[in-house]
Order: sequence, then structure tokens, then C-alpha cells
Amino acid sequence: MKKLLLVACVLSGLNSCVSVKEYQKSRINDSEMSLSNRNVEKFESSFYLYREGAGGANGGKSGGGCGCN
Amino acid sequence: MKKLILTAGLLSFMWTSALKAQTQEEASPQRKLTFEEANFVSSYYSQKGNNAAVTGGIGSEKLTDVGGSFNVTFSMLDKKKRKNTFFLDASFEKYTSASSDQIDPTTVSSASRTDEHFYPSFVWTRKNEKTGNTFGLNVAYSTEFDYKSVGGGVTYAKSSKDNNSEFSAKLNVFFDTWKVILPAELRPVGYPTGAAQDSEGIPYKPRNSYNLSLSYSKVINPRLQMLFMIDPSYQEGLLSTPFHRVYFNDNSLRVEKLPGQRIKIPASIRANYFVADHLILRSFYRFYADDWGLIAHTANLETVIKVNPFFSITPHYRFNAQSGIDYFSAYTAHNPTADFYTSDYDLSKFTSHFAGAGFRISTPGGIMGMSSWNALEIRYGYYNRSTGLNAHIVSLALQFK
Repeated sequence: MKKLLLVACVLSGLNSCVSVKEYQKSRINDSEMSLSNRNVEKFESSFYLYREGAGGANGGKSGGGCGCN
Repeated sequence: MKKLILTAGLLSFMWTSALKAQTQEEASPQRKLTFEEANFVSSYYSQKGNNAAVTGGIGSEKLTDVGGSFNVTFSMLDKKKRKNTFFLDASFEKYTSASSDQIDPTTVSSASRTDEHFYPSFVWTRKNEKTGNTFGLNVAYSTEFDYKSVGGGVTYAKSSKDNNSEFSAKLNVFFDTWKVILPAELRPVGYPTGAAQDSEGIPYKPRNSYNLSLSYSKVINPRLQMLFMIDPSYQEGLLSTPFHRVYFNDNSLRVEKLPGQRIKIPASIRANYFVADHLILRSFYRFYADDWGLIAHTANLETVIKVNPFFSITPHYRFNAQSGIDYFSAYTAHNPTADFYTSDYDLSKFTSHFAGAGFRISTPGGIMGMSSWNALEIRYGYYNRSTGLNAHIVSLALQFK
């Protein structure tokens, strides 16, 4: 419960951040700043899913396909 | 092979349509299907270990996998000037597994020693720039020798007016089907081997997955942005692997057995920080828990060193620690009175390290004289698990715009 409250506080705190204008986003819009895995990581993500018990919350798929070998 | 030809045909049709549309663009620039980008990714993966689940937690885990993936993205504005994006992906893997060869060790080489995995997917999204609303649909298909999967989902996202934050919700379902291939010595009399010529009467079992993904992204300041994600999922059906053996402490042998339901709750934070013109830090942390007793922590850090505006080097490191599920025990360590049991080391307690580096070339004028070839990226990584398994993976990605 404490962790949930902490996350809620952090999220509400983020809403109070200073608004970044479009002309200030040259760094944010850099292709390396993308909030997702790189294309080149596609098959790495698959082998983590197969070789480890944990998965999900990384933008990859969380179902479909066996991975049983 | 037919599927490959069909996919290639579909991709070339879309490509041709897009090129045709581009030539007509001057007449009506907003309403025509426009080519956005195409990506090709290929990888080679090789692993070694000595805890194969097929042989009850002992034996070679040697496996090699060669994969290729091609995707294209097109877009067009509709009558209400909403941006419609179409994403089509076709991925293919061919693998060779030493442990799968032990499903039936009496044969010279069993049917699943090598296998092919083909998985196309399609995503459509429609974004209204005025309201910040995005709606999307996706479908996916996956096929292997003994496994089929059909999936689909819906997406809704809402961006803030200043485009500094976005909330996204995705709901996906996957309906999978197993062909129940058993280890040779555990097949009842007359039970089919599962090979193509001996599959009549073999049972098929379902495995269904329901996944909800909620995320919130936020631009914190001109150099920092973050993403929070929670991705709960529920699975039901045959969640064990029917050809995994388990040896008990009374020397008896059975097929792996795991509960028919599983609830997974992963939650993650991603933060990317633009330190300086030559340095970007990309970080990721995930906490994971499920009702089989597995708890895991995963952290990833990648440093992007921009040697110049067109060339960057990307050393990376990933750490993972997991507790192992309640039903795992090693070879001959299981109690025969247990309700559920597995000797699959992927579900055991371990830590793992993955480290490597890559480089990326992206020039505005194109690569090797090809103006549409936008980027080239090569990445290598070495994976080491405390159970003794280790792996190498090298990947290549090409982007065309």
C-alpha cells in the first residue's frame, strides 16, 4: 500500500512539472531519446522472454508463441 | 514457404501502392497512402548450458536461432484530417535445439530438433491531432510445428494539449493451441509421436492470455523524459510444456505439471536523459511478481555516445534477479506427492547479466549512396546466467525512409 501511495505521489508530482515548449524539445525529439526498445533489440526481447520467468512491461509482447526450447 | 510468398506479395503490393500514391501526392497531398519507413532486423543467437528441461534439468541446452524481421509503416490522413497509420510486420525464426532432440531419443533426429517460427502482425492506429486521442487495433498470428497462436487487441491513448504527457491503455488477448507431444517413454500405448506423418488422434490443448497494459509518459524537462508502465496479465490453459520431463526422488518419472492459471504483474519505469550533446543515458527498471511465487527485478542501462551527429556507440548492461517459482526443483529432487512440479531452469532462482555494445550510423544523405537507406545498426551482447547457461547474440537493423 505504501508503495502504491509513493507511486501516486510521484505521478501527481510529475503533473506539476514545468511545461516544455515545442521549441525546447530538440533534445527530447532526438531518435536516441525514444521511450521504447530499439528495433535492433527485437530478438533480444524474445530471448529474455524465453530464458527468464519474468516478462512484460517493456513494450514487447507478453503472450503468443511458445518459447519452450 | 507459401506463407512467406504470401507475405512478400502483400508487402510488395503495399510498397507499390505507396510509391504510386507518392507520385499522385501533388494532386491531393493529404489523402493518399504515404510510405513512412521500413525496417529490416536480423539476428543470430547461440546458447549453451547443461540444465535442459526436456531431460529433467540435466543435459545439453545447446540452441541456435537465426531470425529475420521486416516491417513497413504507411500513413494517410482521412476526411477529418486524422492520421491513420498502418504497420505490417512479418518475422521468421529458424532454430536448432539439442534438447528437443531428446523428446524421442530413440530416433536419429526427432521432428522438433529443428523448427521454424513465423509470426506476422498488423497494427492500425488513428490519431486526432486536435483532440490528442489515438485509437488502434492490432492482430497477430504465430505458428510453430507444435504451437499456434492468434491474437488481437485494442489501444486507446490520450496526449496532453502541450504534448508533454500521454496516457495509453492496451488490451490484448492471445488464443494459443498446443499439440501435446509427450516424451517417448511416457506415451501411452498407441499415442502418436506427433511427427507430421503420425499426428492422427493427438490431443490439442489451449493456452489463453489476457493482457492489460497501462502506461503514462511525461516530458519532465527539456533533457529528461520518463515512462511508467504496468502490464498485468492472466493466463489459463496448458501452461506447462508437455514434453518436459521431471524426475522424482523415488526415481519415478513424469511429465512437467504446473497450475492451469497464472497471474503476472510487471511494472516498469523508463527514464532517458540527454546529458550533453555527446552523451545520452537510457535506463529501465522493472519489478515483476506472479502467483506462482516468482519475484524478479530487472535493470537496464544503455549509454549512447555520439561520436558525431551521424555515428554513435551504445554500450549496454542489463541485470536480472529472479526468485524462482514455488514448483521448481532440480533433477531427482522433487517429492512425488507434490501437486505441481517442474525442473525448467528458466523458472528457477538465478541472477543474469547481459552486456555488450553496438553502433549506429545515420546520415541525412543516406548510406552507401542510397538516399532512402536512413540508418544502420549492429549490436552484440553476451548473456550469462548463474545456472551456467550463457549465450551470444548479434543483431543487425536497417532502416529505410
